[in-house]
Amino acid sequence: MATLRVDQLTVPLRAFRLQLRLEVGSTLALVGPSGAGKTTVLRAVAGLVRPESGRIAVDDDVFFDGERGIDLPPERRRVGLVFQEYALFPHMTVRQNVEYARRHAADEYLERFRIAHLEDARPHQLSGGERQRVALARALARDPQVLLLDEPLSALDAHTKTTVRAELHDLLAELEIPVLLVTHDFEDAAALADQVSVIVEGTIRQTGTPTELVAEPADSFVASFTGANLLHGQAEPGRDRSTRVRLDDGTLVATAEPAHGRVALAVYPWDVTVGLTPPHDSALNVVHAPIRNIVELGNRVRLTVGPVSAEITAESLGRLGLEPGRVVYASFKATGIRVVAEHEVTAAERASPGAGPALAP
Amino acid sequence: MAGPSVRRTLLTVAYVGAAVVAMTFLLLPIVAIFAHTSPAELVEQLGNPVVQDAFVVSLKTSLIAQTLILLFGTPAAFLLASRRFRGHSLAITLVELPLVLPPAVAGIGLLAAFGRLGLLGSSLDAFGISLPFTQSAVTVAVAYVASPLYIRQAIAAFEATDPDLAAASRTLGASPVRTFFRVILPLARGGLIAGLALSFARGLGEFGATIMFAGSLQGVTQTVPLAIYAQFDQDFDATLAMSAVLVLFSVVLLAALHAGLSWQRSESTSSQSLFGLSGSS
Repeated sequence: MATLRVDQLTVPLRAFRLQLRLEVGSTLALVGPSGAGKTTVLRAVAGLVRPESGRIAVDDDVFFDGERGIDLPPERRRVGLVFQEYALFPHMTVRQNVEYARRHAADEYLERFRIAHLEDARPHQLSGGERQRVALARALARDPQVLLLDEPLSALDAHTKTTVRAELHDLLAELEIPVLLVTHDFEDAAALADQVSVIVEGTIRQTGTPTELVAEPADSFVASFTGANLLHGQAEPGRDRSTRVRLDDGTLVATAEPAHGRVALAVYPWDVTVGLTPPHDSALNVVHAPIRNIVELGNRVRLTVGPVSAEITAESLGRLGLEPGRVVYASFKATGIRVVAEHEVTAAERASPGAGPALAP
Repeated sequence: MAGPSVRRTLLTVAYVGAAVVAMTFLLLPIVAIFAHTSPAELVEQLGNPVVQDAFVVSLKTSLIAQTLILLFGTPAAFLLASRRFRGHSLAITLVELPLVLPPAVAGIGLLAAFGRLGLLGSSLDAFGISLPFTQSAVTVAVAYVASPLYIRQAIAAFEATDPDLAAASRTLGASPVRTFFRVILPLARGGLIAGLALSFARGLGEFGATIMFAGSLQGVTQTVPLAIYAQFDQDFDATLAMSAVLVLFSVVLLAALHAGLSWQRSESTSSQSLFGLSGSS
């Protein structure tokens, strides 16, 4: 498989400079809050935005090279770009949209994306999922060397999204070209991509598999973006080689990792257990507080208890008869806590307080 | 003291009254033109050589002027709509200047520019071209006063097209030229048709600049409005017939204007139709 290489890319944006390098072998998701420069990266690869400097190439085909003065126009880069709102031509039928990319090849793609029966329809007559299939068919009919997806799931309603995400996952797995997708949703990124890069204000904070990012978040932003509860406090030397952290609200928690001074602790909601009675198990940390709110996420439910949120199944919620206001015990093991570097809070993070969309209702 | 319901009734009566007065005032002259002429008289008057000559001059000069406006105005409008450069808003303001210029001033301006003693007069003379008081002068006058209406509308039409659609076209392998003709132009066509209808209507009615720059010579430079003015104290029936035909033309142009505008609203962007927000269907 080919590799998309983006080296020392620099694009001046209004509030900051986009500055990054990427190497896309199979599927890479660029995740970050809105305004982080994600779409600009896609547009630079497609040739719709002119970088200040850097190099963009797929194997030996150079799309852009600031030093050598190479800057191919979009039509000479074999790139398939699926726009956030799909950008289907409203004055053309589905078939004409696909044929626009390549004549005489429409049948194959109409068939493959199960839109053959819609060939005479206009884009405004299609559902969100159908529009996405047309946009993908059109982008791939171009026979691109690289596929770029801009927020592929954001234009869909919650119900359609689950189905489309599964379909998209299967499609991306079959494709033999590098795929670069951008999203503001870590869960979507984790579901669709092998590698995830977290981007904030034009720079990449961390790259890894979704599992690696959750296990070893590089800093508190990555931790909260990947869905962790962030608890801030002051570390105190503890007994038995464990660390005690006095949280800002006074709660004392234990962690197995060494720490000192001001720290941020990451606790993932699926590591938090909720019960009606004090737990008699190995969990060292227990929060005894009323349930502040309950948010349903498909078959899972997210509860906020004191400073932490917990993720349990809808079944457990019913079995325990939990409802907002009810006082419960939320417990998590000391070994389930990651100590992460507290970095300077940027404007972008203040704009999306607390967490990435994984925590948002 | 009147109760609230009485006051509301009075208010309604006042609104309806004002609307009736306004509508009557606007429609009465048009009704009067048709009330004066029976359809049979109208058709008979169309055989009048003065009337025929006037229509030939008007149609010929209008068609040439509108073709020139389309050919030069469309790329100019696209440039002004898609590029931002120093002096951009000044350029747009200057394009609109002829719209607010008194027609007599436009006529003098054209004479001062293209007349024998004008700015370009001697250079044109060198090529053996003398513009004033020829049929070409009518075309120039019409193009001068009508083109800003087209260009203004065309700028709005191009600005309303979704830039992502043009970008999508480029990433699908289309050159800028192919993108313009296959994507941008079809999406803007409603607005362009509306602009052309406005420009056509303005051009057909052109009077002041034409009479100063081209004169009013039957069969050469005498357009329908000029013929109406020349004939109204000699042959009132002929002027009514010409006026009646111009009213019919205007109705057709007005219909084209509205059809174009609603077409533009329904097709200009992908996102509008995406979310079913299109104003018309």
